Amino acid sequence: MLVTKRKPIEEIMGFLGEEKAVFLLGCDGCAAASGTGGEAEILELEKELTGRGIDVVGWKVIDFLCQKALVRTGLRPHADAVAEADSILVSTCGIGIQATATVAEMAVHPACDTISLGGIRGEWQGEERCAECGQCFLEFTGGICPLTACAKQLVNGPCGGAKDGRCEVEPDVRRCAWDVIYERLERQGRLDLLRSAPMQVKDHAKMRPPEELRGTRRWAIDIATREEVIR
Amino acid sequence: MKLTELFGAGKFVVTSEVAPPKGTELTGMLEDAELLRSRVSAINITDQQSSVMRLGSLVAAQQLKSRGIEPVFQVTCRDRNRIALQSDLLSASAAGIENVLCLTGDHVCLGDSLGAKPVFDLDSVSLLAAARALNGGSDMEGNELEGRTDFCLGAVVTPGADPVGPQLIKMGKKVDAGAAFFQTQAIFDAEAFSRFMDQAKAFGVPVMAGIILLKSAGMARFMNQNIAGVHVPQVLIDEMATTAKEDRAAKSVEIAARIVHEVKDICQGVHIMPLGWEKRVPAVLDAAEL
Repeated sequence: MLVTKRKPIEEIMGFLGEEKAVFLLGCDGCAAASGTGGEAEILELEKELTGRGIDVVGWKVIDFLCQKALVRTGLRPHADAVAEADSILVSTCGIGIQATATVAEMAVHPACDTISLGGIRGEWQGEERCAECGQCFLEFTGGICPLTACAKQLVNGPCGGAKDGRCEVEPDVRRCAWDVIYERLERQGRLDLLRSAPMQVKDHAKMRPPEELRGTRRWAIDIATREEVIR
Repeated sequence: MKLTELFGAGKFVVTSEVAPPKGTELTGMLEDAELLRSRVSAINITDQQSSVMRLGSLVAAQQLKSRGIEPVFQVTCRDRNRIALQSDLLSASAAGIENVLCLTGDHVCLGDSLGAKPVFDLDSVSLLAAARALNGGSDMEGNELEGRTDFCLGAVVTPGADPVGPQLIKMGKKVDAGAAFFQTQAIFDAEAFSRFMDQAKAFGVPVMAGIILLKSAGMARFMNQNIAGVHVPQVLIDEMATTAKEDRAAKSVEIAARIVHEVKDICQGVHIMPLGWEKRVPAVLDAAEL
């Protein structure tokens, strides 16, 4: 279970910048249970964006967005709409955002922060993909999480420790995360995103689960009590 | 004295470095510093380099300062969170330290305390920003200080990184965060360094080329295999390999001086990392006419 919280619309509008057309993605798994990425929330997000002059060229709620294969098959019928879009706005946990960024090879924006509950990490097997940090950095990193992909959790660029593109900590299994980020953004012609990204500072206070969520791993599944739990 | 004053006066600045001991015995480090003092403008004090636990760079820097040797206090983000980092910077200011080099730091897995928690609460960019905030009279949260610091802030860059693009972008972020000079990872290929400087000079911040004394062909090969961003060209390895053992020190000095000569006109200073050969640094500077 990954619990998410929608980012304020102003922050999302900042991510979109000059973009005019977006495709929205939600997830019928944890994000729907969290009240951030189900159909109702995606329609609400569409309304907020449309009211601010953004053209929502399409939307889709996929179960489960943390599974890359499901993202691929889920997006296939919407290929024309996605091609029309300047970017995809993903209203799920950090894993869903990264799965989309990996599959779609275009600008992908996070619409949520993932709240730390120490739960399971989605269906993307074999790798830790989301640190549940509560301040999603994926907007500035081409949809690759610097907290899980970089051994030093660096959020402003690489250290000087990579040798031949391999991480100094686990050279056999790990590439330098920032090389991978750089390559993806270069391929997409979006290196300016790295240059212009504001300095990032981790806020460890956001890694503490909110008081009302502590010890309530099942809270989000319990739709009946959800309103009173998250307020 | 701040290094920026020297750059401002158009000087070609020479620095070197010494390492605090693993233990309390400071004699060796102070002797190394004495060998260098008359030939360099300042001496870096490394901060638990290679993640090996040692005596701290703050007290070591203070020891140099009290002997009239200008220290460059190295601070890494590996071992301290933002509270301790800012606190140590305030302490350094109280100790009269004026030059600070802000680094991310090696990962703990390279050192001798493998189970230690790698902190990295801040990174080199946010550490520079925190230090600049202290210079401005507040901490990084914006809380007002009683008395401010007045540091000259430096940073590092790896010109030999492949790809170099991410390094250049981060270099820009360090400049934006307050870096007023750069020291580089070791340079052995002046042409490659020149290509790097073609791009880096746009930042308008002084760059000091890192110089390491090659002790042997084996050391060169080891660095090529194991040290990030360092590439010793084959011609230099061959040059060391074909030199008789008794002539190697002289050859090492000759090569280092040659590299200094080659980069002298394209950067604003050199930072010499003697790695135990402190006593040969004056010969390098003589041969390089510095």
